[in-house]
Amino acid sequence: MSNPLEDMEKPDVIFCIGTNMTECHPVAATRLKRAIANGAKLITADPRRIALAELADVYLPLRVGSDVSLLLAMAHVIHREGLTNQGFVEGRTTEAEAFLEHIEKFTPEWAETITEVPAADIERAAILYGKAERGAIYYTLGITEHICGVDNVQSLCNLALMTGNIGREGTGVNPMRGQNNIQGAGDAGALPNNYPGFQSVLDPAYQKKFETVYGRKVDLELGPTKVRALEACGDGIHAMIINGENTVVTDPERHHCEEALKSLDQLVVIDLFLTETAELADVVFPATAWGETDGVQTNTERRVQRLRKAVEPPGEAMPDWWIVSQIARRMGTPGFDFESAKDVFNELCELSPLYAGLDWDRIDRGEYHWPVPHKDHPGTPILHQGTFENGRGIFKLIRYRDPAEVISDEFPVWLTTGRRLPNYHTRTQTGRAAGIDYLAPGERLEIHPEDVVDWGLEDGGWAKMTSSRGCMMVRVEANARSPRGTVFTSFSFNDAPVNVLTGGGYDPVTDTAELKVCPVRVERP
Amino acid sequence: MSTNGTGPSIVLDGEKVAYTPGETVYEAATRHGKDIPTLCYDPRLEPFGGCRLCVVEVEGARAPVASCTAQCQAGMEVRTRSARVEVHRRTLMEMLVSENREVEVDELTSLASQEMTELVDRYEARTGRFQGRQSGASRPDDPNPFIMRDYDNCISCYRCVRVCAEQEGDYAISVKGRGFDTQITVEFDGHLKDSACTFCGQCVQTCPTGALGDLKALAYRDVAGETKKTRTVCPYCGVGCAVDLLTRGNTLIGVQPAMDGPANKGALCVKGQFAFDFVQHPDRLAHPLVRGEDGELHQAGWDEALDRAAEGFLRVRERYGRHAVYGVASGRAPHEAAYTMQKFIRGGFGTNHIDNCSRA
Repeated sequence: MSNPLEDMEKPDVIFCIGTNMTECHPVAATRLKRAIANGAKLITADPRRIALAELADVYLPLRVGSDVSLLLAMAHVIHREGLTNQGFVEGRTTEAEAFLEHIEKFTPEWAETITEVPAADIERAAILYGKAERGAIYYTLGITEHICGVDNVQSLCNLALMTGNIGREGTGVNPMRGQNNIQGAGDAGALPNNYPGFQSVLDPAYQKKFETVYGRKVDLELGPTKVRALEACGDGIHAMIINGENTVVTDPERHHCEEALKSLDQLVVIDLFLTETAELADVVFPATAWGETDGVQTNTERRVQRLRKAVEPPGEAMPDWWIVSQIARRMGTPGFDFESAKDVFNELCELSPLYAGLDWDRIDRGEYHWPVPHKDHPGTPILHQGTFENGRGIFKLIRYRDPAEVISDEFPVWLTTGRRLPNYHTRTQTGRAAGIDYLAPGERLEIHPEDVVDWGLEDGGWAKMTSSRGCMMVRVEANARSPRGTVFTSFSFNDAPVNVLTGGGYDPVTDTAELKVCPVRVERP
Repeated sequence: MSTNGTGPSIVLDGEKVAYTPGETVYEAATRHGKDIPTLCYDPRLEPFGGCRLCVVEVEGARAPVASCTAQCQAGMEVRTRSARVEVHRRTLMEMLVSENREVEVDELTSLASQEMTELVDRYEARTGRFQGRQSGASRPDDPNPFIMRDYDNCISCYRCVRVCAEQEGDYAISVKGRGFDTQITVEFDGHLKDSACTFCGQCVQTCPTGALGDLKALAYRDVAGETKKTRTVCPYCGVGCAVDLLTRGNTLIGVQPAMDGPANKGALCVKGQFAFDFVQHPDRLAHPLVRGEDGELHQAGWDEALDRAAEGFLRVRERYGRHAVYGVASGRAPHEAAYTMQKFIRGGFGTNHIDNCSRA
């Protein structure tokens, strides 16, 4: 997030797109609800009539995967209405002229033909955000899990740049990160393009720095993303080590993923449970869990916080860092003499400019938002104040593209996927917490009640859902939250393995799978 | 403590102290170290003035004033602990407690659950003095596994109602009836699951009498030992809510929200509040496993498993080259896991064949 969580109570206009925040980030959503109770206006764009849609002043029920056209049209209206923040555009951005010319042709009437949202509602939303004194954008995977995920994010940045809604209290472009430490995994350098602290692997200065620290030559080119590595299993990639991820169930194209992992000479998995992924491994290591581990995690607002051990782990389970270090030592790799989580974290702080001012003891109370460039620095709750990291904010010329797969006579229904409040991901944890089953006993395919009737299904009965990649059985829930022609399910239940169906395409820049769009056929079994 | 600046001030128990305009008498007094009893007060919520325990004497006022709703005014003379207000508070406590079936409340019931008990002790309130009618009927029929609804212990402070509305924004909890007919309820008098309740547990944690209780923690009440609290952060989404883990011996027995948690200020959701016990599920892996020649995974010692993993990576590196190895770090594990994993790949193989699970 460009801005801290406490800023969520400060905007006068809130724009939520592709985020079912009340279910996926419930505590953050309470702040938005307070802002709304205090008079803030809410624009919600989501294909489903989620709780944030019910709270919205303007609800934009866009067709799945049509975000870019909506955002282009909003930019068009903002400029047409004279709501572009000229001072900000001139003082802090670049490429504005080309951008403002680019958006001239993308009228709300044009966007209506793609998004199926009435042009008048697009105009209302654009004018509301355009006139905001403090306009804040929040998004989640509904923006990024598309073949145009990067385009979607850049379209949102364009809106914030043209209205000057960045670098100030109560504004910003704010992704809500989904996993407790997904931000931290990136911060720590578990990325194919960046060393720890987002230092590019293509930058000769950083290459030299890490060659010196790690005592060996490191490749000068980017590594493949996990998606590409899975594709290369058995043909280029022959060994994998996977820590705490149930890849088989979370990733698209499940059958392909299983075959890929089975084709490896060696698969090592470090996890808490014998997950569907661990079952395929040659060696499985038992890791200590939350509550059993000292460590650090960074939340969605870049706040660096300590995790503390309260109980002993079962049996011989050990911390992930210890397990990885032991394997490294037995392979003869130097630099793995860590004796504690503190040793590991402090090494990261020494190497990451974002953490340079932090160490294990300084983050005891969780006060700091990175970047914290030196010991006397108070941390950075709000990014881009006064200046951008790279100088000026760059407008990007984005064009709408159809999803990788669109509905057809054979697959006439849009499937979109997500989470529900009581369960987390593949239920390796919530499925083993007493009582959660009372709230969510099993998977349901959410279908509009009229579609249920038209398709010859019954509420609570079974449906067969097929995509070009696979087929699954799932129980039906008649629910008007989903619009006609669009169905929804989560990926939480292994007996309703929706990722057998998904996987039509990937964002060309990030390799993020288009999990939010999948044409399917839904029929009586 | 006393002010020497030019800002506005009140006289608090004979001492001149500064206040911030808009501050209530209760806020100013507690900020200056006064211990004023409350039951309906939760600093996160709008002042309610329901329990009246926070009454103070204000010079010139005919009756004691509820300090939680009274704003400071320049020159105001306030007495927080006179004999008169203490008698008043004791009488109020005896009226409140007359309704309570249980005065001894298990500490695992919730974060605020001891407030009533502590004040009964402090004022030596006689529980039988006003005994007679009772308001609020318990709801043992609600089968939900998380929230105990024992309204026999309810004193109608409305903290649950207000936290659900003001803090959570869900408006699930409401009030039916007046006076002795007051009943805390949800829509259509039904079960929580059929209401707007999201089982975030906020009502439980702010309940000062044990009328609402954390059933998951209470299930561990027979575990022996002193209850210990350890501050950590929730393991689910990216919001990073601070929590206190409750443990007895080596058993995790519950979670309480950290009121000073920087990201959550005391708020939690159903997962953070109640989905903690996966940690001690019998399915947890307790020993390394190695695939045997029979194709099955077998329990192994650490030396055997670590050697097997190390030899496997060395063999693949030798046979296919260093680009044949790939590492996937976790977005669920701490920094130390991700950092060592990327160092394992970069330092061990000299490649950038490392990613985390953020792309799916």
